Amino acid sequence: MTAAAQPLPAARRSKRMTPARWGLYAFIFITALYFLLPLYVMVVTSLKPMAEIRQGNLLALPVAPSIDAWVKAWTSACTGLTCQGIKIGFLNSLRIMVPSVVISILVGSLTGYALSLWRVRGGNILFGTMMVVAFIPYQVFIYPLVRVFSFTGLGQSLLTIVIIHTIFGLPTMTLLFRNYFASLPVELFKAARVDGAGFYQIYARIMMPMATPMIVVAVILQTTGIWNDFILGLVFAGRDNLPMTVQLNNIVNSTQGERAYNVDMAATLLTALLPLVVYFGSGRWFVRGIAAGAVKG
Amino acid sequence: MQKSNVDIRSLQIGFGGLKVLENLNLNVEASEFLVLLGPSGCGKSTLLNAIAGLIDVRGGEIHIGGRDVTWAEPKDRGIAMVFQSYALYPRMSVRRNMSFGLSVAGTPRDEIERRVGEAARMLQLNSLLDRRPSELSGGQRQRVAIGRALVRHAGVYLFDEPLSNLDAQLRAELRVEIKRLHARLGATMIYVTHDQIEALTLADRIAVMQGGVIQQLDTPKKIYREPVNRFVASFVGSPAMNFIPGRIARDGETGFIAGANRLGLNGYAFRGLPTDAPAVLGIRPEHIELTASDDPSAVSARVEMVEPMGADTLIWCRLADNTAFSFRHDADAQVCVGDTLNVRFPAEALSLFDEISGQRL
Repeated sequence: MTAAAQPLPAARRSKRMTPARWGLYAFIFITALYFLLPLYVMVVTSLKPMAEIRQGNLLALPVAPSIDAWVKAWTSACTGLTCQGIKIGFLNSLRIMVPSVVISILVGSLTGYALSLWRVRGGNILFGTMMVVAFIPYQVFIYPLVRVFSFTGLGQSLLTIVIIHTIFGLPTMTLLFRNYFASLPVELFKAARVDGAGFYQIYARIMMPMATPMIVVAVILQTTGIWNDFILGLVFAGRDNLPMTVQLNNIVNSTQGERAYNVDMAATLLTALLPLVVYFGSGRWFVRGIAAGAVKG
Repeated sequence: MQKSNVDIRSLQIGFGGLKVLENLNLNVEASEFLVLLGPSGCGKSTLLNAIAGLIDVRGGEIHIGGRDVTWAEPKDRGIAMVFQSYALYPRMSVRRNMSFGLSVAGTPRDEIERRVGEAARMLQLNSLLDRRPSELSGGQRQRVAIGRALVRHAGVYLFDEPLSNLDAQLRAELRVEIKRLHARLGATMIYVTHDQIEALTLADRIAVMQGGVIQQLDTPKKIYREPVNRFVASFVGSPAMNFIPGRIARDGETGFIAGANRLGLNGYAFRGLPTDAPAVLGIRPEHIELTASDDPSAVSARVEMVEPMGADTLIWCRLADNTAFSFRHDADAQVCVGDTLNVRFPAEALSLFDEISGQRL
């Protein structure tokens, strides 16, 4: 071997802009614009007083930006007969979402764990049925479920809507966790059994700590799904627990006199805020491989 | 620490319509190191999992330490197990991995501490106790997995191809470590592998399996020297045993005819009475000897290839009738491709197999 006489220049990717590349960037730019424009209009409109909106310059920046519309949307906009803003709906949605997310993930992961690692009699049939039912539009179930809940005396309540979200979340959650647990090396499960851990101990102490990536995915799916739900909340939550989406609809559709576009926009953005925060906040966890080190690494 | 024997009686295991094991009997004595050896799919891992209680049996009984545990839970069988993929709990430290089983069983804290410390000392894991499995090398992970088994103070230790995921050098190191561990603890160990070197080096007895049937159960020496059939003969030993087709002739002195050559079988211990029949002669490469051309038992062969292996050299030859065989010679052999050699097949080192059934004659 000869001594390295001259270091070779490292190969570099060509940075030259070819026409195809220009086209690509142009396409991406236009697509981004297409999706960002409505958002831009909403933000800009929500910051304008009504006088400016009436001039009809949809795309213009606000001349005198103010957050009055946001304050009004949050505290004093009228949702039907009461005029306490959308914050009531926000709190209702939180009260529905938190228990629903926690319980549906607990139930779904436990079902998925049982169906993936233990030989349950009729487990495959159960799982198959669950998957088939998951594809039936849930409007079909609404009337029978209303009858069931009024028969049991639960009627419309917070508990009812939590149970409803848990039931409708079950197929997805089960599928998610079943597939994840089935992908883990089965020897881990065997080792835990030899170590004497029982059904719930293996679930709580071995499997769930390893399922962090799936839990994150499940939280995102369920949080956004339940937060964005309209019809189930409307039907099952009851008058005192109407979620934010229903309240938003009331604000937008029950205005008398001049339509307060700025308040409508602000209320809409407020309603969309939580799913946005969830997406941005949890992206990092999505890509983490927690199972590293379980098997040959 | 008690040492249990394992007694398996007419065990049957199947999945759906597939029969994996049928009427299998095996008796492992206390303190014995038994190796289950066989190619993949021979049922050796299935048998081990059945002993551990991780799969259900269709029939038969499994007794461990004199107790019928056929339907007992894994934890109630007095066993500990080491897996091929280590199967360490990824979210727990080494210490927690080792103590998990004991804490589940409600062992007092100071007893757990004592046992973990003892196992860690034995396996040189003291400095690693607070690490996560992902921070360990493959060899360290498998030592932790062995440590996790040791703290259980089980009557029987089960190993499911524990070294198969490691590279060659680590495999050799850990093999010695396991052998030392067995010598020190005197525990009953059942060890599954497809690596015949591991089997030969570790075992008190080897059970060679194929197609769900134990072909031969004997000491490594016997398995190596006197394989009961062609499968065992070809599976055990590296470089592999040579097989030369021919026939047994009983014209006066019993001999083996291969092409134009006639080998005397004086000194071969036949199992029954030899008959004139087609047969296959098996001989290990290291049992073939060089000899002078005037030796009446000499067979001449042409050198086709020379494979130096460090300590010795493997020489590939062909007989006049084109039968190929290999033999081992000192590394300093002055042999070149194309040379003609005179070799001898000592009758006492041969194995003869029936051509059809493959059974030892």
